[in-house]
Amino acid sequence: MSGARLELAGLGKTFRGLRAVHDVSFAVPAGAIHALIGPNGAGKTTIFNMIAGVYAPTAGTVTLDGRSIAGLRPDRVCDAGVGRTFQIVKPFKGLSVLENVTVGALHRRPRLGPAREHAEAILARLGLHDRRHQLAENLTLPDRKRLEVARALATEPKLLLLDEVMAGLRPTEVDVMVAFLRGLSAETGLTILLIEHVMRAVMALAARVTVVSYGEKIAEGTPAEIARNQAVLDVYLGHEDPA
Amino acid sequence: MNTRALAGLLVLLAFLMAAPMLLGGYGLSVLILVLYFAYVGQAWNIMMGFAGQLSLGHALYAGIGGYVAAGLYTHYGIGPWMGVFAAVGAAVAAGAIVGYLGFRFSLAGVYFALLTIAFGEFTRIGFDNWSWAGGSGGMFLKVERGVSDLANLRGGTVMFYYVILAMAVGAFVLCRALLESRLGRYWLAIREDAEAAQAVGVPVLWCKMLAVTISAALTALAGVWNAFYYNNLFPETAFAVGRSIEMTLSPIIGGLGTLFGPFVGAVVLTGLGELFTDLSDQFHVAGLKQIFYGLALLIIVMYRPAGIWPWIATRLGFEERRK
Repeated sequence: MSGARLELAGLGKTFRGLRAVHDVSFAVPAGAIHALIGPNGAGKTTIFNMIAGVYAPTAGTVTLDGRSIAGLRPDRVCDAGVGRTFQIVKPFKGLSVLENVTVGALHRRPRLGPAREHAEAILARLGLHDRRHQLAENLTLPDRKRLEVARALATEPKLLLLDEVMAGLRPTEVDVMVAFLRGLSAETGLTILLIEHVMRAVMALAARVTVVSYGEKIAEGTPAEIARNQAVLDVYLGHEDPA
Repeated sequence: MNTRALAGLLVLLAFLMAAPMLLGGYGLSVLILVLYFAYVGQAWNIMMGFAGQLSLGHALYAGIGGYVAAGLYTHYGIGPWMGVFAAVGAAVAAGAIVGYLGFRFSLAGVYFALLTIAFGEFTRIGFDNWSWAGGSGGMFLKVERGVSDLANLRGGTVMFYYVILAMAVGAFVLCRALLESRLGRYWLAIREDAEAAQAVGVPVLWCKMLAVTISAALTALAGVWNAFYYNNLFPETAFAVGRSIEMTLSPIIGGLGTLFGPFVGAVVLTGLGELFTDLSDQFHVAGLKQIFYGLALLIIVMYRPAGIWPWIATRLGFEERRK
């Protein structure tokens, strides 16, 4: 497993005349951790869905290691090496935790035995191994978030898209997830793009941050630069409730 | 599978093998019904129980299979063992059309079910007006008494019993192998959440197409068997919605998505059906059977919504959860 370079250029998406994303460009070097932040409704998940093949962009390109993946079907994007999680978690509820991750592992290991072994190893790394025989629907929300990550990782991606995997986690759980992702990145060289509202995680993980608002990119830089950027403070970080 | 389950399975299989020696004509004909419904239930379960696609038009595939094999036999003298290939081919083509229209254009749930009903219905109307197939007057196979000709599927109850037994066992083995394969796991993933499945690389459309065509092929075999067993085919019954619904009951009652569910459901349903027929006859009340049958289904579905088999299995210490 090693990372791939992701590049978005002039990416745009219009839903029946409604401009959801307009002219967004940024690049994530292979092996880097990059954060995509912005207020609710800014178009972050739409950008994710264009990378993951759920939507075909109406403008611009998405390339992975120079190869265009825009407009491919989601399973083809997965073939190309992109793993993703869903903001609203989508476990296979009626299947056990192990079977959930095994489905992901089957993608590159067509036989059930080896796929299951691979899934067990990933579950052990994410601390879900002792819950592997439980039905996914019986997991707590933090565990479901971890299951999302485990299932995506099982497909052996070169780029991992994480859509708010920290949301709903307690601060200590955020720290555990941050440590896990940092270790994963260091060990495998996997490229990670994350949408995140938990600033504590963004600051700790991301080498660079892209900020979007109303579908457009308004800033990009290191977390420290972003924290000082006036445009970002105005739309996103700076609104303190006067009451 | 643990040793207890294996022992139970062997005893059951031994009983089924010896049944023609142990049971009288009536008992055997009831057992034939059980195996028939277990078999078509198993075939239908691939679509609904495994891949989560509700088909309420499976009579289409059985009807097409039956008509093709019976037509080739009566018109051209082509025996059912050859005709079955054409029968399966035609049913697979029909399944592929229904599946592609439904899945390519993302008809889900009840809308897909409506599509399957519609196809069954207009095929029925088509056959009503197709003289080669006998039109609404039906198609009849020549009945020859006292022969036992396995090559042409002409023979008595015992022969048909062993054929349907072999089919039921074969379908069980096939379904088990499918479930323990990548395709089977992909079906379960699609059933649970198609979008999440596609995100982990499952080619959803292709897997659904395989589900509908494999299911249609198996159902067509049942149609061929049915045509040669009863020696007649009528569009009004072969393609009836009621026939389709009938096929769904065993797996629903027995346990959707389980391997033994269709068999257990078929035993319970056929058993209840026969019991209530007896009661109706005894009390001379017409329709009593239907009322009791309906009530029994209602009670089972209310109290064992996951089906009878998962509940029995855990009590007996076998492990077959709904996968």
